[in-house]
Amino acid sequence: MANISVPSITTAARPARKAANSRSSVAHDRLTVLLIFLPPALLLFTLFVIMPMGEAAWYSLYKWNGYGTPTEFIALRNFQVLFRNAAFTQALVNNGLIIVISICIQVPLAIWLATMLAHRIPGVVGYRLIFFLPYVLADVAAGLIWRFVYDGDYGLFAAVSNFFGFANPYVLADKDVAIYAVLGVIVWKYFGFHMMLFIAGLQSVDKSVLEAAEIDGATGWQKFRYVTLPLLGSTLRLSIFFAVVGSLQLFDMIMPLTGGGPSNSTQTMVTFLYTYGVMRMQVGLGSAVGVVLFVICVTLAFGYKRIFMRHD
Amino acid sequence: MNFMLKSAGLGGRRIASMAAAAGMLLAGAGAASATTVVKWLHLELDPKYVAAWEDIVKKYEAQHPDVDIQMQFLENEAFKAKLPTLLQSDDVPDFFFSWGGGVLKQQSETGALQDVTAALDADGGKLRSAYSPASVSGLTFDGKTWAIPYKVGLVSFFYNKELFAKAGVKAEDIKNWADFLDTVKKIKAAGIVPIAGGGGEKWPIHFYWSYLVMREGGQKVFEAAKTGQGEGFLDPAIIKAGDDLAELGKLEPFQPGYLGSTWPQALGVFGDGKAAIILGFENTEANQRKNAGDGKGLAPDNIGRFAFPAVDGGAGKPTDTLGGLNGWAVTKKASKEAIDFLAFLTSADNERAMAKAGMLLPVAVGAGDGVTNPLLAESAKQLAGSTWHQNYFDQDLGAAVGRVVNDVSVEIVSGQMNSKDGAQMIQDAFELEQ
Repeated sequence: MANISVPSITTAARPARKAANSRSSVAHDRLTVLLIFLPPALLLFTLFVIMPMGEAAWYSLYKWNGYGTPTEFIALRNFQVLFRNAAFTQALVNNGLIIVISICIQVPLAIWLATMLAHRIPGVVGYRLIFFLPYVLADVAAGLIWRFVYDGDYGLFAAVSNFFGFANPYVLADKDVAIYAVLGVIVWKYFGFHMMLFIAGLQSVDKSVLEAAEIDGATGWQKFRYVTLPLLGSTLRLSIFFAVVGSLQLFDMIMPLTGGGPSNSTQTMVTFLYTYGVMRMQVGLGSAVGVVLFVICVTLAFGYKRIFMRHD
Repeated sequence: MNFMLKSAGLGGRRIASMAAAAGMLLAGAGAASATTVVKWLHLELDPKYVAAWEDIVKKYEAQHPDVDIQMQFLENEAFKAKLPTLLQSDDVPDFFFSWGGGVLKQQSETGALQDVTAALDADGGKLRSAYSPASVSGLTFDGKTWAIPYKVGLVSFFYNKELFAKAGVKAEDIKNWADFLDTVKKIKAAGIVPIAGGGGEKWPIHFYWSYLVMREGGQKVFEAAKTGQGEGFLDPAIIKAGDDLAELGKLEPFQPGYLGSTWPQALGVFGDGKAAIILGFENTEANQRKNAGDGKGLAPDNIGRFAFPAVDGGAGKPTDTLGGLNGWAVTKKASKEAIDFLAFLTSADNERAMAKAGMLLPVAVGAGDGVTNPLLAESAKQLAGSTWHQNYFDQDLGAAVGRVVNDVSVEIVSGQMNSKDGAQMIQDAFELEQ
């Protein structure tokens, strides 16, 4: 678009040496371009983003099983039911927990690995590949693989604990442990992505600054704390942003792993939406979850951008 | 830019003319053969069963060269999730698998389905008389039938004879719930896992709660709860049923980690001889074989069967049965050919053949002699003497309430919830639906 508009503006601004019809033809060209390129984007955006959002908000005020058109208006009752539902509260708590773990464990782990793998040492590409590999794997596939790993009879976990003489662990069947098993998989799956972000960030850090610190007698930790970390600031803020938004939308890995169970202990907002809204044919309630999720996401995303990413 | 536009225009024109030519070709081909396409949506995973259906399709297509039957598959959970959208789209199948009950009723109320009453009554009720009356009435709401009957099912206990002998217990001694609990204790004391359970999928556990409600309360109490009369699901008999279930749960009768197990995994545990009992469908023998670690499972003569025991002092009869009634729901715009094919699929000959293959218990009149498998025959016999045949609760009560029943059953048996709170949760879900 930019390429096209620049020459046309200069042509239009030039004194009218050429015939008037050439000028109108340029304007005509711009209009054609606009008419050709704008509607598809506008249409798609309206059709797949604006309309579903509006529809979800509308459905959330109805009791509706998905057949025909919603007719039974119940105002905010879906939201009332939602916030009284223990499984939904659990889902909110779990989403919070996932965010905390992502920020407190996943991101530091990623920084630590990145500081080691940002240098040109032999075999570094291989290590980067290995750590990045889980992220490339499809979420559902990762979930299925870990379901096998955690299997209390035949899984790797069972084999290891048998070797040490412990009883077979059934982590995914224990409602007090299952969420930690899931969190482990989440960290394993996504730290590689954050690591890559930090490697890119570290490579743009000016070496001479680090050298200057070295000459000033800074220790390794001091160099990291007072030079590298501040210079990584914008990457760190971006990484946390991705972690938060990704955590809120977590779904496809949980379904094959636990399906939200046992006793809803590993439910997230989106798995809750699916099990309670879609599977139970309560489209109204499901839409209400969607609205809540949307509000949380938007608030967090814009709030975070305003507060922490103002200068980035 | 202009050049690009021009070439794009040229390309577009070329594509358009090609499309037009192709369209004419297609139209020509269509006019020549004039086939009616019948789309059949199913959720059968077993390749043997699908192969049996494909044979029937081939036979039908040979007799009716102008009909093209297309089979479409969706996995069970995906099927349930996608159906409402599918039924309202242009890509709607002509007929699909149904468990009857509240879900079918809900679908019929939306106008997405075809009322097949007239088709059943055509030619002096030729088609209607082809099925057992109970199967037709089970798919009928307010005098209108919404699906063509296909098969009946029965949930009962299956046990490993070898493990029972090892634990020194006999299935014949299990006369009531107390006996059953006693048997479970003895098996456990012998160091054997008493029951294989699929708590991860929840519905395999809801069979226990359902049967106990039927035994404690009987038809009257359940019908009252289902229609919102009296105390509904808070009826003392229903709460007592939950207490009975909690009592079983306290014995920790299931294999370790059962709360994460799927139904196929539970069948595998039973098939591998790692648990003595399973509460399953009529075709459990075939199912355990398929899911066993070695692909063979238990030998058929090592498997015994007994009905869900009576509960002392309960209002239900020990002859009341829980199980499925499956049919093929026909959609609104389905052709005559679709119903004609369904009549063929569920004809006595084909049902007999499918029964012989151990696929189903037939609903077609005169196909009963096809049940040669001894365990299936036992189920058929129990069904024949049934005093009240109840559809699966989670289907009968509709998706919204049925899934809460599944949740509650697992919560009660695992000791997370007491029976009264569970009953209240179901009642809440039920009232919310009204």
